[in-house]
Amino acid sequence: MRRARTWLPGLLLVAPSIILIGVFVYGMLGWNFRVAMTDQHDAVSEGEFVGLQNFIDIWDQQRWHLSVNHAIVFTIVFVVGALVLGWLLAFLMEKGIRGEGTFRAIYLFPMAISFVATGIVWRWLMNSGTGERAVGLNRLFDWIGLPQWQWFRDPDWGMAAMALPAIWQMSGYVMALFLAGFRGVPEELREAARVDGCTEWGVYRHVVLPLLRPVTLSALIILGHISLKVFDLIVAVSGKQIITDVPAVFMWVAVFDSNDPAKGATIASYIVLSVAIFVIPYLIWSVRKERRS
Amino acid sequence: MTAVAGRRAAVFGWARFGLLVLFVVVFLIPIYVLLVTSFKPLTEADPSQAWNLPQTWTTEAWRVAWEKLAPGLWNSVLLAVPGSLLSCALGSMNGYVLSKWRFPGADVLFTLFLFGMFIPYQGVMIPLVQLLVSIDQFAGLQGVFYGGIPGLVLAHVVYGIPICTLIFRNYYVTIPDELIEASRVDGAGMLRAYWSVVLPVSGPAIAVVIIWQFTSLWNDFLFAVFLTGPTSWPTTVMLNNIAGAQATPYSQQMAAAILASIPTMLIYVLLGRFFMRGLMAGALKG
Repeated sequence: MRRARTWLPGLLLVAPSIILIGVFVYGMLGWNFRVAMTDQHDAVSEGEFVGLQNFIDIWDQQRWHLSVNHAIVFTIVFVVGALVLGWLLAFLMEKGIRGEGTFRAIYLFPMAISFVATGIVWRWLMNSGTGERAVGLNRLFDWIGLPQWQWFRDPDWGMAAMALPAIWQMSGYVMALFLAGFRGVPEELREAARVDGCTEWGVYRHVVLPLLRPVTLSALIILGHISLKVFDLIVAVSGKQIITDVPAVFMWVAVFDSNDPAKGATIASYIVLSVAIFVIPYLIWSVRKERRS
Repeated sequence: MTAVAGRRAAVFGWARFGLLVLFVVVFLIPIYVLLVTSFKPLTEADPSQAWNLPQTWTTEAWRVAWEKLAPGLWNSVLLAVPGSLLSCALGSMNGYVLSKWRFPGADVLFTLFLFGMFIPYQGVMIPLVQLLVSIDQFAGLQGVFYGGIPGLVLAHVVYGIPICTLIFRNYYVTIPDELIEASRVDGAGMLRAYWSVVLPVSGPAIAVVIIWQFTSLWNDFLFAVFLTGPTSWPTTVMLNNIAGAQATPYSQQMAAAILASIPTMLIYVLLGRFFMRGLMAGALKG
């Protein structure tokens, strides 16, 4: 009883947040899942329980296949691109360089701007006009002798091009994470490896890189979950076009344009599942790790 | 170090510097385009002059963009200021309890909170709309929660709880337990210890949370497009509508994009250190 007296006030103080998170996060995820299991395919009907039928039926739709494929291509190009570029920038700065503060500030500033605002300039940069009508990167490429592209209008490579603004926006963040990781490696460890006869490359290979694994994992999780729910970038750059459709945009179309809550909820459930599959193990792992230390 | 090794290190140093400068140029290309195009008159919105500086500089596009965007900018202020203050208050209390006044199961609860940081908002969108509509019907408030700014503030505050709690908790962990113990010996209860010991030293964490939340509320598009109506559209939705209209000249679109970004850019330039810490907190301390 005395112990309860010590922790009860704390519990009471967090109680409002527990209720809010319970209702708005877990309650609504469940509610959304429930809507996904009904046949509420218009704005007025109540909807009968149909189990997982919607989850199966959606695979019959070509547009769904297209949006899933797009999301996969976008995710691979964006995650790999931002990781590699971010790592490279951090690697170049790792040992300290003149004007480091300025470099860091410039690589990071895109993070502060909304995707809607940057979408406007990237839509112009990736304009598909060619020849005399070319603006943006196509005109620039023409000047320096590079080929012109269809950019996001290309049926095969469109989603790879769509990842460019996302890489531009997020690689500075990855750089900051890796830079903190590099700087977190104790100098004594590096020195010890050098004394043992390691070359500079060997020091990286055997000392620094293994210690960067947790940072890489964090970056991977953050980039991955951003990628799977990407929405505003797509809408800002290309609008709701089929050619750059992703699940999040498809869901919006299902809810607003075709008034089909069950379908929208089904798509949303798939997005949640795809994120949960790798975020939940990561959360459990990182909380356990922290408790051990 | 031998002379050869020293020379080689110098060459590498310059190569690194050169590469970094090259990336700076690449990173700044979109900013060049935004600025240059926003000062062009309509006559220069021609493909052949796409990359040129304006021959005649004009602020006409800025004037039009300001006229079109001003209501949205004001709505965003009404959204982001109270929203980030409320998030801050909730996050601070949660962080305090979860680090200094722990109860059984606090770790599990914290993990459950953290998942809220990663949930795709699409997964709660449909029920959220239905709930806000019900609140309006129940309270007889047409268009306040669904379609108005209060509903949008509510959504952002609720879904901001996880990250704000995380930032405050990680900060409060660094306050020595002895300080709390000492105040308890002096007879202070939980709230008293919070008010007179913890809160006075919370400055940096408060700054991080406010900057982080202000930026995400200002830049959000998904909640805004689902939950607000024309009179309460924040900047992002209005900007998207302005730019989506085929008739809007590039110069106006780009001036509007810059206008919409000025508040968050100012925060980034003036308070970059705190912005950075918020980012790092989001990485769960890697």
